[in-house]
Amino acid sequence: MVKQKINMAEYILMKGNEAIAISAIRNGCDGYFGYPITPQSEVMETLMAEEPWDSTGMVVLQAESETSSINMLYGGASCGKRVMTSSSSPGISLMAEGLSYLAGAELPCLVVNVVRGGPGLGTIQPGQGDYFQACKGGGHGDYKMIVLAPNSAQEMYDFVDLGFELAFKYRNPALILSDGVIGQMMEKVELRPMKPRWTEEEIIKMSPWATTGKTPDRKQNVLTSLALDAAVHEALNHRLIEKYKQMEEEDVRFENYLCEDADHMIVAYGSMARVCENTVDLARKEGIKLGLLRPITLFPYPTKEIQRLVPQLKTIMSVELSAGQMVEDIRLAVNGKIPVNFYGRLGGIVPSPEEVLEAFKKEINK
Amino acid sequence: MALRGAIVVDTEKCKGCSVCVVNCPTNTIALAKEVNSKGYNYAYMANPESCTGCTNCATVCPDTCITVYRVKV
Amino acid sequence: MDIKDIIKPENKVYSKSPVLLDNVMHYCPGCSHGTVHKLIAEVIEEMGIQEKTIGISPVGCSVFAYNYVDIDWQQAAHGRAPALATATKRLFPDKYVFTYQGDGDLASIGTAEIMHACNRGENIVVIFINNAIYGMTGGQMAPTTLMGMKTATSPNGRREDIHGKPLKITELIAQLEGTCYVTRQSVQSVASARKTKRAIRKAFENSALKKGTSFVEVVSSCNSGWKLSPVKANEWMVENMFPNYPLGDLKDI
Repeated sequence: MVKQKINMAEYILMKGNEAIAISAIRNGCDGYFGYPITPQSEVMETLMAEEPWDSTGMVVLQAESETSSINMLYGGASCGKRVMTSSSSPGISLMAEGLSYLAGAELPCLVVNVVRGGPGLGTIQPGQGDYFQACKGGGHGDYKMIVLAPNSAQEMYDFVDLGFELAFKYRNPALILSDGVIGQMMEKVELRPMKPRWTEEEIIKMSPWATTGKTPDRKQNVLTSLALDAAVHEALNHRLIEKYKQMEEEDVRFENYLCEDADHMIVAYGSMARVCENTVDLARKEGIKLGLLRPITLFPYPTKEIQRLVPQLKTIMSVELSAGQMVEDIRLAVNGKIPVNFYGRLGGIVPSPEEVLEAFKKEINK
Repeated sequence: MALRGAIVVDTEKCKGCSVCVVNCPTNTIALAKEVNSKGYNYAYMANPESCTGCTNCATVCPDTCITVYRVKV
Repeated sequence: MDIKDIIKPENKVYSKSPVLLDNVMHYCPGCSHGTVHKLIAEVIEEMGIQEKTIGISPVGCSVFAYNYVDIDWQQAAHGRAPALATATKRLFPDKYVFTYQGDGDLASIGTAEIMHACNRGENIVVIFINNAIYGMTGGQMAPTTLMGMKTATSPNGRREDIHGKPLKITELIAQLEGTCYVTRQSVQSVASARKTKRAIRKAFENSALKKGTSFVEVVSSCNSGWKLSPVKANEWMVENMFPNYPLGDLKDI
């Protein structure tokens, strides 16, 4: 159905998952490699129905497993191409090895995690229990991914382009950490102007490190994460650390809602941030000066923004669809200066704004 | 008309595996008593007059350390 | 005739391919990997496709294949080379893409990837080195280890009741409709090395013709892992490996 419309710059009602797919086609993505898993299967279903190989030349392939999908990204990314996959929590666990290799070989790619509840097979209901996995590694070794947390179908659309931009800026995997609510929810999405796929000449110019074929004018390009020499390997790790520091300097993104005069602040991301915005409005009606900080990048984390606000705040509360994960980063930022409380729901239960407000009041009245 | 050949072994690269020795049809090659800097007894032409330059040794050499020359006499 | 009169540039009949780099290979003396690397480099040189060839190296002894063959390389996670090759070939359909994998990489941890890449008929070349052992990690049992063969993890010999029988993966691969050419070769002798080179060339040519996946197994020796001299290892291979892994084309369409 969308197929007829993708060339029109206009507003279309679509699911967050569909927005990912349409955005990929319209933003010059070269290849999507995926494996079905609820609640994100619409991404590949939409791509297959759109048949972008006939329009933009984009490759879409259903792989035999998530392990294979992420390694197809390694191959595609090595070619300097814009490649992506999407999955949900258990599938991302399977990709952890590949993500570590991609980060180690400094390869750009985009991964979408439409998070469900865990651990294990868990539930297909939404969750935010993959924060640690996304922000603290997941795979082995000292590496980080750029983590973007959309809170609407529009941001699902926009973060595909942003994710690729940041991935190539840093030669590093970028991850969109969404959840079942954002993926399945239908909303109005503005289609931005089309971006063409890069030509091979453009790739060679932009990504001279890519395996485009060794020509006489340059040495061979080898994309590997292996460095057996201790000094070489330490230098590689230091280069990565410098890159992550640069991300923290240049690419922290967040939204600050009514925090400037706030006495108390909620920190929430993704679908939970939408609920908490209403909680802030309810609290304000009752005369409570509550604000909301919505991290848009979960790595790099808006640590400095939290630290800027701490002197004026009495408490902070982290609200998550998890047992308490992001709250640890808030506590690191606050460093014991004020109380940092937590409210979380599990099992796919999304609390209402009223429930959050009640939990907030309970904590500050303790 | 006969064929005369000769080989040049990169003695620093040679690991003395002997695969060339057993593949030489004219018993030209043997391992030297001397060793290279890695301690390997490298291959050399023990019977240079019997070499025909057939390239068998170079074809099977895992370390590609043999260059072969040939002339018609 | 003096040797000096023979060793002249105009008389040169065999020298190292310029597609091979000058690095001394890290392989053990007599290892088949070096010979297969050389044959690949020679095929690339003869076909004039150095600028269009992308290699995918595995995890295992040949992880460092990129140090020896002067083309662009991607180094894959253990067993995943066919997934990298799939994406690379689909995104660069005009390039020559090959994987280079050992028996642990291809026939054990990477079974899913190789089966599905071959079944999809990806237009890639697979070079499969089968020496019936994990060389790099110190000689452990591989899926292709022969019955009774002693390895670090089968110190008293492979037993069917504990380890099962050797996996004849190439026979399985030949059943897949996506493959166009499946062959088993070796490199211990001049004749076998020349046959292997022809097989590798045919595989690369098939790739350009978009006929599907070409799969070249090279039955190889691991003299360190087998605890034999290089020459004895090759003899043992002929006596013991070939009856279990008979040479020749399994499929050529």
